[in-house]
Amino acid sequence: MTDKKPETRTIAIDTIARVEGEGALRVTVKDGVVQDVELKIFEPPRFFEAFLVGRHYDEVPDIVARICGICPVAYQMSAVHALEQIFAVRVVGALRDLRRLIYCGEWIESHTLHVYMLQAPDFLGYESAIAMAKDHPEIVTRGLRLKKAGNALMTLLGGRSVHPVSVKVGGFSRVPLRRELEGLKEELLWARDAAVETVRWVAGFDYPDFAQDYTGVALRPPDEYPFNEGQIVSDNDLRIAAAEFERHFSEEQVPYSNALHCTLHGAPYLVGPLARLNLNHDHLSLLAKEVLVDTGLSLPLRNPFHGIIARSVEILYALEESLRLIDQYDPPSSPAVPVAVKPGTGMACTEAPRGILYHRYTVDGDGLIREAKIVPPTSQNQRRIEEDLRAYLPRVLDLPNKQAALGCEKVIRCYDPCISCATHFLTLDIRREGDAPAASEVEL
Amino acid sequence: MRDEHGKLIRIIGLGNLLRGDDAVGLLAARRLRERVGDRTEVVEAGMAGLEILELMAGARAVFVIDAVRSGRAPGTIHRLDASASPISPILFPHSSHALNAADALELGRTLGALPPTVIVFGIEISDTEAGRPLSPPVARALDEAVEWILRESERLECTNSI
Repeated sequence: MTDKKPETRTIAIDTIARVEGEGALRVTVKDGVVQDVELKIFEPPRFFEAFLVGRHYDEVPDIVARICGICPVAYQMSAVHALEQIFAVRVVGALRDLRRLIYCGEWIESHTLHVYMLQAPDFLGYESAIAMAKDHPEIVTRGLRLKKAGNALMTLLGGRSVHPVSVKVGGFSRVPLRRELEGLKEELLWARDAAVETVRWVAGFDYPDFAQDYTGVALRPPDEYPFNEGQIVSDNDLRIAAAEFERHFSEEQVPYSNALHCTLHGAPYLVGPLARLNLNHDHLSLLAKEVLVDTGLSLPLRNPFHGIIARSVEILYALEESLRLIDQYDPPSSPAVPVAVKPGTGMACTEAPRGILYHRYTVDGDGLIREAKIVPPTSQNQRRIEEDLRAYLPRVLDLPNKQAALGCEKVIRCYDPCISCATHFLTLDIRREGDAPAASEVEL
Repeated sequence: MRDEHGKLIRIIGLGNLLRGDDAVGLLAARRLRERVGDRTEVVEAGMAGLEILELMAGARAVFVIDAVRSGRAPGTIHRLDASASPISPILFPHSSHALNAADALELGRTLGALPPTVIVFGIEISDTEAGRPLSPPVARALDEAVEWILRESERLECTNSI
């Protein structure tokens, strides 16, 4: 349905399959040149921010865990660290290690879901993981088992697999026994081998030549791969504490979306596995470093399609880190450190699977939340996704609508956008001017 | 035969407690927990997607309760036998997860990993605004669905094949 001489053409994507959440993309092309690229998100976590106001601080971890079904631990971790900053509570030693460990579980689960079920079908030519499972049941089964290894960590430390309940300000409501953690080791060792296979598997995919000029942003602790701590750094020399986030990063409302777009000094930037790996690869574990070298890729990675490799390397890292933390685990004398409420404002950033997640809370003298601000990774990547699409679109403009739209979807999926941090779902249709609008809509 | 979770019949409730009608599956599970028999286990699975495959593992019969939106009147209860044939993913658009319940069940079927009996109860919802209670038609459907599932699980408990 390509028109002979369409001067202006609109490609609209509503409901992007295999993207968490709800949103849409609209692209306008004039005389063969991309004019506007607008990624729409319908429902940002603003009402969760409002919902938190007036609640007691100890309810916050449970409420924010319900913002996203995929990364509840990330929301809990950013929340408790911001609140602990207000109360001058420091969580160290075994409790700090357990927080790293539960975060490892979430990365393993979330990354494996994306690598195996959401993005691998794009590279292997399947419309879904279900279609892929018909031809490659052993690969999909490996993915499910790998994901389950992460889930086992979440279940043990979080008290429940899907919606963790044991994380609290000051620590946990319950900590595991040594033998409970030891009981996971055998499966984690299998998973570590499976993660090595995963990196090799995805490194063998065919990648488009699509290097982009990114400004990556990630946490960078002095001596470890980041989860809960570290300065916010960029590859253009930013180096700040989480408390300074809002001085450098600003959110703006755009007319076509009710999610806010976040920029760094007014410019788009990248968060997530690619940025994290580029900025912290020297902190990877030994095996993860070796396997990354074996891929033959040179850092920094600049191709968004390589995100699946970065994610796979991080799965391997998270497994090695889990095994290390379990081996050195010495149960703390108490599951949480005492908390004395005092009024104030606290900010924290942690590394959600999809990138840095910023929280700021103001608490009054009774421990009630007066203000809450949440900046999820997907809102930070939105401008970057639009820039990628702008660069990618000329490659697909000559294709029929359906294939052009699928190409756009693949670019968007590279980011594993968790639009459910913001909302529910996205539909995909293509409209070209000159066609009758309804007739040119294509449901994918 | 007892599985790692210890029960032969499992009821899995899905939803988000903070999103109005989207809580209905979880609330149904919560009510059922108080009333089911010895051989039935109830799991509140929140916003689980693919995880329901793990949560079903080892059970002989599973009831999944989730919110659905198909355009029917709010409060309509759909009873779908997923063990007999695929259920329509179109019914479950409001999953905030990568793979919704229908996708997860289809993946399970493809891999031969479904329990012998899988019944999905989908309750039509309307209002998912944060912090709202169930809307009246959905609250009524919750009562009805709980009784319905209870009857079915009791019947299965009495069946020798389970």
